Amino acid sequence: MFDCPRADSLGQVVLHPSRERYVDVVKAMADDGFTTCADLTAVDFLAHPGRPLPDGVTAERFEVVVNLLDIQTGRRTRLRVQVPEGDPTIPTLFDVHPGTEAMEREVYDMFGVEFTDHPDLTRILMPEDWIGHPLRKDETVGAIPVQFKEAGNG
Amino acid sequence: MSDLIVQTAEGGQELKPRSEVSAKELLREVGAVLRMSETEAAQLGGAPVDPDEDQTMIINMGPQHPSTHGVLRLMLELQGETVLRCKPIIGYLHTGMEKTGEQLTYMQGGTNVTRMDYLSPFFNELVFSMATEQLLGIDGDLPERAVWIRMLFSELNRMSSHLLFLATNGMDLGAVSMMIYGWREREEVLRFFQKVTGLRMNHNYVRPGGVAADLPPGWRDDVLRLLDLIPPRLEEYDTLMTGQPIWRERLQGVGVITPTEALALGATGPVLRSTGVDWDLRRGIPYLRYPEVEFDVIVGSYGDAFDRYAIRLNEVRESMRIVRQVLDRMPAGDYRIQDKKVTPPPRARIDESMEALIHHFKIFTEGFKVPEGEVYVAVESPRGELGCYIASDGSARPYRLHMRAPSFVNIQCLPHMMRGALVADAVAIISSVDPVLGDVDR
Repeated sequence: MFDCPRADSLGQVVLHPSRERYVDVVKAMADDGFTTCADLTAVDFLAHPGRPLPDGVTAERFEVVVNLLDIQTGRRTRLRVQVPEGDPTIPTLFDVHPGTEAMEREVYDMFGVEFTDHPDLTRILMPEDWIGHPLRKDETVGAIPVQFKEAGNG
Repeated sequence: MSDLIVQTAEGGQELKPRSEVSAKELLREVGAVLRMSETEAAQLGGAPVDPDEDQTMIINMGPQHPSTHGVLRLMLELQGETVLRCKPIIGYLHTGMEKTGEQLTYMQGGTNVTRMDYLSPFFNELVFSMATEQLLGIDGDLPERAVWIRMLFSELNRMSSHLLFLATNGMDLGAVSMMIYGWREREEVLRFFQKVTGLRMNHNYVRPGGVAADLPPGWRDDVLRLLDLIPPRLEEYDTLMTGQPIWRERLQGVGVITPTEALALGATGPVLRSTGVDWDLRRGIPYLRYPEVEFDVIVGSYGDAFDRYAIRLNEVRESMRIVRQVLDRMPAGDYRIQDKKVTPPPRARIDESMEALIHHFKIFTEGFKVPEGEVYVAVESPRGELGCYIASDGSARPYRLHMRAPSFVNIQCLPHMMRGALVADAVAIISSVDPVLGDVDR
């Protein structure tokens, strides 16, 4: 299917395109009827490297997960693209599905995966001067000291 | 005193002055959405070409503006009263709920997700439970009664959410009496929720494996009372607003979006249906028992704010139609799956059996392990496609929990709806998209 390794998950179609072919696959699928990008997110597999993947797909730290939808026939397909830790970049889908603009910004904000050629790749949920990417597995929970500077000590 | 005043800024997230944006960047945005080249987009002439910098100004609308439904901040570039550009700036309500979800067991996860879209909590719980059940492989074994109870609450929740939309939509446009009426009717629905779940909002009622408790005695009369009470009130709304010339003037032709634009931007729910695309997950990719009930998918034809208002008003009627059928078909039986793995033992057993007590303790402290895998499940929430993506590593907590929030995607339509509109219409347009900021920021 679109020349990608395919491994279904619980009855849902999952394709594993390479990072280089990812945008072409999405374009080909858009021509095939998958005209809506329902969701784009990412997973940081730092703490769980040994997940099952089909042959020919090398597990990397980050995985960008794209859910495409064909509203004519009600089909769904999911793409899982491996993104290495050393070079966390992936081409943007903005030119195929402009609706991914905010979702890609969210992934950039939360995981630090950069979308090349994205028109406005800035943080979206965290403050602009925030250091780090909260949804990465090596970001600790609750490690931020809560400061009430103006409150005084009573 | 003065050192307490600190200028706040979101830096690069903010709308840049026109002098700092190239024409190419501006056109790329327009062109990509309309699916045409930059040259073609330039010929459209939608936005006035390069007005003088001193004739425009950039103002903030929000985050504390009453019509922004929470803490949405819009930066508007204005020329007089006309909006040239608009950029939503979000994140003021971000509390890292997806990260929190990774720390909570599947048993506790419901309390977290239910607080995301706080106006439709049952849908959050439902989609999270459905995803967990699919990972566990028990999605086909749920008792019929549990499924129909979920349908009942989905549709009642759709009603309460849309009634609140009608209230706030009225309030935003100056029909303040509508605000009181909408809240009043919503409260009637919430009273039923409180009777069944114990809480008006954030119920944690739908849980993996079924629902938390059976319907209380007399529930049928309560629902029938709602079904008698609300239709005449909807007629009143029609008299008060639908046919009223001022209301129509404020909404018709305002915030128009085309089907191509809406699909390109990933819009779902009433925003997409207002353009005439009859996409509803209950019909398109059915879940629960929606294929077995009769209802109409309401679509608009102009894609304007009035269509979105009318769609939601009539969806309340369709939801009541479904609730009536659910009442007729509600089967007897168990309200949760009798699977020792996910279901705690009944209260009476705990008094007489040590094993039951231990089991009860274990399930609430350690939770249950969910097989390794990943799944994406989506339901039609009042705001559009609410999706839940869970990647499991085989432990009792989701390795990654992601919610596809309909409001988050839908507010991307705002800049396109607002181009060339008046400032006063901006309020109507935000309201017509009906974003819930808890859902946007999570």
